[in-house]
Amino acid sequence: MTRPKQALAHSASSAEAAPGTPPGAARGARGRGTPAGAVSWRSRLYRWDMKASPYAFVSPFFVLFAAFTLVPLLYTAWYSLHHVQLSALDHQTWAGLDNYRNLWSSDFFWNALRNTLTIGVISTVPQLLAALGLAHLLNYRLRGSTVWRVVMLTPYATSVAAATLVFTLLYSWDGGMVNWLLHFLGFGPVNWRESDWGSQFAVSSIVIWRWTGYNALIYLAAMQAIPTDLYESAAIDGANRWQQFRHVTVPQLRPTILFTVVVSTIGATQLFGEPLLFGGVSGSKGGSEHQYQTLGLYMYDQGWIIGNLGKASAIAWSMFLILLVIAAINLLLTRRLRKSR
Amino acid sequence: MTTSELTLSQGAGRTRRSRGRGGAGKQLHAGPVTYVVLTVFALVSLAPLVWTAIAASRTSHRLDETPPPLWFGGNLFRNLQSAWDQAGLGTAMFNSVIVAGTITVSTVLFSTLAGFAFAKLRFRFSGLLLLLTIGTMMIPPQLAVVPLYLWMSDLGWSNQLQTVILPSLVTAFGTFFMRQYLVQALPAELIEAARVDGASSVRIVWHVVFPAARPAMAVLGLLTFVFAWNDFLWPIIALNQQNPTVQVALNSLGTGYVPDQAVIMAGALLGTLPLLLAFVLFGKQIVGGIMQGAIKG
Repeated sequence: MTRPKQALAHSASSAEAAPGTPPGAARGARGRGTPAGAVSWRSRLYRWDMKASPYAFVSPFFVLFAAFTLVPLLYTAWYSLHHVQLSALDHQTWAGLDNYRNLWSSDFFWNALRNTLTIGVISTVPQLLAALGLAHLLNYRLRGSTVWRVVMLTPYATSVAAATLVFTLLYSWDGGMVNWLLHFLGFGPVNWRESDWGSQFAVSSIVIWRWTGYNALIYLAAMQAIPTDLYESAAIDGANRWQQFRHVTVPQLRPTILFTVVVSTIGATQLFGEPLLFGGVSGSKGGSEHQYQTLGLYMYDQGWIIGNLGKASAIAWSMFLILLVIAAINLLLTRRLRKSR
Repeated sequence: MTTSELTLSQGAGRTRRSRGRGGAGKQLHAGPVTYVVLTVFALVSLAPLVWTAIAASRTSHRLDETPPPLWFGGNLFRNLQSAWDQAGLGTAMFNSVIVAGTITVSTVLFSTLAGFAFAKLRFRFSGLLLLLTIGTMMIPPQLAVVPLYLWMSDLGWSNQLQTVILPSLVTAFGTFFMRQYLVQALPAELIEAARVDGASSVRIVWHVVFPAARPAMAVLGLLTFVFAWNDFLWPIIALNQQNPTVQVALNSLGTGYVPDQAVIMAGALLGTLPLLLAFVLFGKQIVGGIMQGAIKG
């Protein structure tokens, strides 16, 4: 809080326009000592400034935001009702709901939706459970607590592309670290690239690795805001550490847990880079049998590999609608939970 | 919409509670078991990165053999050299610095201005506009890429850096983040005092808002840089290996641009190094920023 006070002293001294004004304030001191006739003009200018400046401050953000997020959102809907081919961008014809009907009857679309949901569940649930446990541990008084936190966050510094390249090598059939460790433990090798559940698990593990530490920090922040007396009274009632965690920490974290569930769900719906690079050369297919082709990947494949941008737009909007449904379900659950409390 | 309501109510609850701060474990010292489990978590977090460096120091041939190498070999610099030249990581790093740097400066500047207006100034539709900002925070990038691609090809800009810079110049998250910070960190009396002194809005921003917002601006800058450096979907659509960012170059490596696994690992290492360095230098601030963002948004 020291900084604002400095600033206050700063602007106050500039108003007096004393000879010894600090250099930073000297620029504004030019207008001092104007004749009385100019006052009304100045006050009008002041009022205009008061009124217009908020819009001036928000407009760069909103102009850019509208141009590159909101307008494209609507244009994507428009293109989803057209035939747009990558090879003939200028030749767009009205398609009505053809693209959506096309999706509805496409096995690949339903396959991609199913894969997105499966991978979403097996990446989100273990990730958030592990994050909760990790946050609980980080909440103890630790030696070098900052170092622990930074270490847990390093996977977040690794990009999707870099992480996936490394994991792909770790999961390779011959000479891969994971199969070697499995062999060490007495298990047979798993074909992480080709098998159905194996590949989906491998892709999920990349997501889990990258995001567990991040979510743990979010839980940790919420845990530190839980009032201490709740734990004290629980301890007086004879609750042990596990019971305290179960009956004080988790209920207090409920809004944060719901928040992370929503954010992770949204992230899982868009999953793209991990399966793309895990697939190597023909990555956009999501494996030889499309076993890990997600909706994000399917959209990229249809739009930029097959070259059907109209259909890709329809996939994008379907993703959005699915997200809205999930958001609505989340809202209902939240309401229900609030009422039951 | 769910998220926005959640975070807002969460933020409100947090400020109410924050007086009794401390939390459960704060008094409890960690036992040896805690340290053991944390060490396991730390190993899992770091092992893939360390192994990237090990693999980058070997030959492609050696990486096909069992057991996989567990210690460094002598090929690191040759592989880094190949990644830098053949895989275009040199150009890519340069491009990524320009792209992520520009995006960071613009996001921090415009987010602070808009966040200040939302936090402290009264104007028509401010509530509605803020709601719009929060409500659209989670729109997937997939919903913008088709029109963006068509526009950029119309402009004849394919494969130029401005195609990936322009759409990312601001984020809804940044504006919301700065707004939440300034609501608390900037006392209204301070602005009033400056106004009484006859300071114009621009002067107030420069002499009052920016100094008060500086810590949050630094954190937002770091988070934005990490995000921009790692952004994937739109760059791989807009750019190709002729003029790549780091992620585009890594994508090319993954799809067989250079089929040497050791060089691929060297590329992954190079592309991650700047952010690892940032985490070593500013890890505390980044952790603080994420935890702050968790409470406030």
